[in-house]
Amino acid sequence: MSGVRVLVGTRKGAFILTSDGKREKWDVSGPHFAGWEMYHLKGSPSDPNRIYASQTSGWFGQIIQRSDDGGKTWHQPGTPPGEPVAPGPPKTASNKFAYDASAAPLTTHQWYDGTQHPWEFKRVWHLEPSLTDPDTVYAGVEDAALFRSTDGGENWKELPGLRGHGTGPKWQPGAGGMCLHTIILDPSSGSGEPQRMYIAISAAGAFRTDDGGASWKPINRGLYSQYIPDPRAEIGHCVHHVAMNPKRPGVLFMQKHWDVMRSDDAGENWKEISGNLPTDFGFVIDIHAHEPETIYVVPIKSDSEHFVPDGKLRVFRSRTGGNEWEALTKGLPQSNCYVNVLRDAMAVDSLDKCGIYFGTSGGQVYASADAGDSWNGIVHDLPGVLSIEVQTLG
Amino acid sequence: MIRVILPQHLRTLAHVGSEAELEVEAPITQRSVLDALEARYPMLRGAIRDHDTLQRRPFLRFFACEEDLSHESPDVTLPDAVASGKEPFIVIGAIAGG
Repeated sequence: MSGVRVLVGTRKGAFILTSDGKREKWDVSGPHFAGWEMYHLKGSPSDPNRIYASQTSGWFGQIIQRSDDGGKTWHQPGTPPGEPVAPGPPKTASNKFAYDASAAPLTTHQWYDGTQHPWEFKRVWHLEPSLTDPDTVYAGVEDAALFRSTDGGENWKELPGLRGHGTGPKWQPGAGGMCLHTIILDPSSGSGEPQRMYIAISAAGAFRTDDGGASWKPINRGLYSQYIPDPRAEIGHCVHHVAMNPKRPGVLFMQKHWDVMRSDDAGENWKEISGNLPTDFGFVIDIHAHEPETIYVVPIKSDSEHFVPDGKLRVFRSRTGGNEWEALTKGLPQSNCYVNVLRDAMAVDSLDKCGIYFGTSGGQVYASADAGDSWNGIVHDLPGVLSIEVQTLG
Repeated sequence: MIRVILPQHLRTLAHVGSEAELEVEAPITQRSVLDALEARYPMLRGAIRDHDTLQRRPFLRFFACEEDLSHESPDVTLPDAVASGKEPFIVIGAIAGG
């Protein structure tokens, strides 16, 4: 019997929503880690019971949590689950994210006022488990860098080639901080860990590696951003999210600060596909699991008014790979709605028909079991949603 | 026996109740108490002090005997009442905003 498990990160805890393949009735568990900001939770593609979570707080810093039983119980990697450990030397460094300054000297980055500012670790925005090894997981962090653990999250090492690209002094924080928020692993680029990966940083842009993370190149040709001195600069674009259908690697879709973009050559060149969208500002973008030319965005009014336009919550779908968009409204509020949908707060399952899920800043999680034609609210009153991921269970 | 009161979120992380009780060898200082706390509850490493520098996290404060000890040297001896267990050593989250 197939089913789905939706992993919801919110500003005040995590929630897990489960349903069978019909996706009509839902069980809700949580809050897990009540009171903490849960930036992201994601399950391992090779072991669905293995889930990683980023738990963070301005007071207490970064915590990594791991479940080995599908979210029923959690522990910090390296610390035995359950009761306190016996006295003795500390056994865990799962919350230690130390930049590898010996491999890539810590530069400064651009601050909001244009001055240079030291690089400082703040939190993990995104966790991307390996496609093949449950113990390998990548972490995108603020201030922007990419880390990897190969022991189930117990220890983390930076992949310093990205930060060492040399353009760090030109990177600058977006409104949410200077975060590495998108990690895409290309399944076609190696039998073990992929050689080709994509990442995106607000506000530096998108980068690609073809050698497993050793070296990186910016892939921002075709992006145009009026808020930087040279709108077509190689570095400095506020990329909000990037999506790739693993069945068609090399074709990428991007929601930039403003503009929806696509690339058909692994990010070498981008072209705008905003078409008839009511506004092309937004955060999320995702792709139908079985139709790689069917894409979804949630337009947001503007960068100064972070809510949906006209009081209407509308998902826009293009079946043509962009430019021609249709509003999907059935089951979504069409008056007096002023929520936002953040960059990691949309996901798709791989059932037939494809399920689409998203969460709002108002604490609603909506699901469509028919590729967006109609929507149902699974929950309505959670804390503001930061992230949504879905696991399709066999 | 040294008594340590933690903020609610750190109690949850460490699976402790309202107070953690620790055996700490003299001298009783912020450093020796926090070293013992982190040894007993390694999940707290990095959540109170930086992993490497052992500096107090900026939004946390240390109180004892109605005194703010946050800016004391970590190697200054704590009050006798803390060393005897009469008074707790308190880790508290600073209030930012309202």
